[in-house]
Amino acid sequence: MNPPRLHSPAWLYIASIAALLVLWEVAASIIQSRVLPTPMTVLLVLVRDVADGTLPYHLMITLARVAVSFVLALLIGTAIGIVMGRSVLLDRLGDSWLIVFLNLPALVTIVLCYVWFGLTEVAAILAVTINKIPNVVVTVREGARALSRDLLEMAQVFQFGRVKTLRHVVLPSLGPFIIAAARSGLAIVWKIVLVVELLGRSSGVGFQINLFFQLFDVASMLAYTIAFVAVIQLLELGVLQPLERRANRWRR
Amino acid sequence: MTALAIDIREKRYPAVGRAGANLALQALRFEAARGELVCIVGPSGCGKTTLLNIIAGLDHAYSGQVTLPPSANGRPMIGYVFQNARLLPWRTVSENIELVLPPGEDHRQRIQDLLAVTGLGDVAHVYPERLSVGMGRRVALARAFAIDPQLLLLDEPFVSLDEPTADRLRLLLLEIWQRQPTTVLFVTHDLREAILLADRIILLSPPPARVAASIPITLPRAARQNDATIDALRRQVLEEFGESARSL
Repeated sequence: MNPPRLHSPAWLYIASIAALLVLWEVAASIIQSRVLPTPMTVLLVLVRDVADGTLPYHLMITLARVAVSFVLALLIGTAIGIVMGRSVLLDRLGDSWLIVFLNLPALVTIVLCYVWFGLTEVAAILAVTINKIPNVVVTVREGARALSRDLLEMAQVFQFGRVKTLRHVVLPSLGPFIIAAARSGLAIVWKIVLVVELLGRSSGVGFQINLFFQLFDVASMLAYTIAFVAVIQLLELGVLQPLERRANRWRR
Repeated sequence: MTALAIDIREKRYPAVGRAGANLALQALRFEAARGELVCIVGPSGCGKTTLLNIIAGLDHAYSGQVTLPPSANGRPMIGYVFQNARLLPWRTVSENIELVLPPGEDHRQRIQDLLAVTGLGDVAHVYPERLSVGMGRRVALARAFAIDPQLLLLDEPFVSLDEPTADRLRLLLLEIWQRQPTTVLFVTHDLREAILLADRIILLSPPPARVAASIPITLPRAARQNDATIDALRRQVLEEFGESARSL
């Protein structure tokens, strides 16, 4: 531990956020327009909307959609990724499908889901999940290809069986890949959820942003964005990073 | 009583890229009695690991017949000590051993005893990457004995260790084996090691490997503890089976 600790991550983090706020404040005071409110204005809107309960309500709804589609995409994507990484035949068969889905624009999936399944909650979740699955598959498949043959043979000789092999050999060695998929997943999923809400739901942060867009209410738009980014950041720090440390505690 | 009968007509590796097809084993036949410690000695690359993998059921692409020791419930338990320890790096030492035992029972006492015998009591809750190579091999040994194997396979388990460590582990192997007798196939390219451990030595020929000689070692193990005795026995084997033992 060196005494000044100017380089400690927490300090740097606070300093860079502060720099961003100063930059914003300066820009806003130069432009002097409704379309770029000052940080203070946004903060007041944020406090007001939190106090009257509208922001927490829409935020929770969006978070719930993010959580459900995130978990679904991760589970389904991991399963497909393991299968494709372990079977040459299924990998070849599935690869062209995978490329189609990887290149399918999110907007197209969303619109098609709404057209085919109606403007429903299920269609919304489905659209987000379908968008995210291919990325998870690609990452996890890489991990499944790199599975240690030595350890799989060991598991076979000692008669682990399928469940034990999956739980104690396959999943732990896929851990870093699944966590990588989860992290990029969280970032992508919440952005897609907003689009889904904008296009076909009557609640959630995306729906609110659309409303503010029509009212030209930039302050509210920024207030919602900041609240949401903060929550996602907390999830990353409070859930994903501790999980990653736990998954890596065996490393030297 | 025969515990293990090997009759491999042919094991061949298909051609890959520029490397042509390769006949690894041919007409390889031998048997092992129940409780016998057989050392299989042969030059590097003669197919010893291939043979063990076939016996362990990891390799089915061969022609011939492997008869495993009889077992009350289906497949016999086979303990395998690989050349590298092959421990699960994300499970602790004691978890690595617990995992090979049948689930739903309390194995704590059993694991504790095994760790005590192998001198691993202090590292029970350590992750394998923090262990020295020699310690890792001891865990692998403890794991193989944990399942009470009807057949124990060891693939050069003490190779690339310094000689004092390897010697301690050899004695440890004998000690556990005498407490927990079972049929053992021990693969090595080191004739001295084989003489120290074996009831019988099987010499394999250069590839395609078959049995070149089967040499019982009748001298009691207690009398094999000094280097001069082992050297004398080794010279005797080399003279008698010079042709097939040339590269040992």
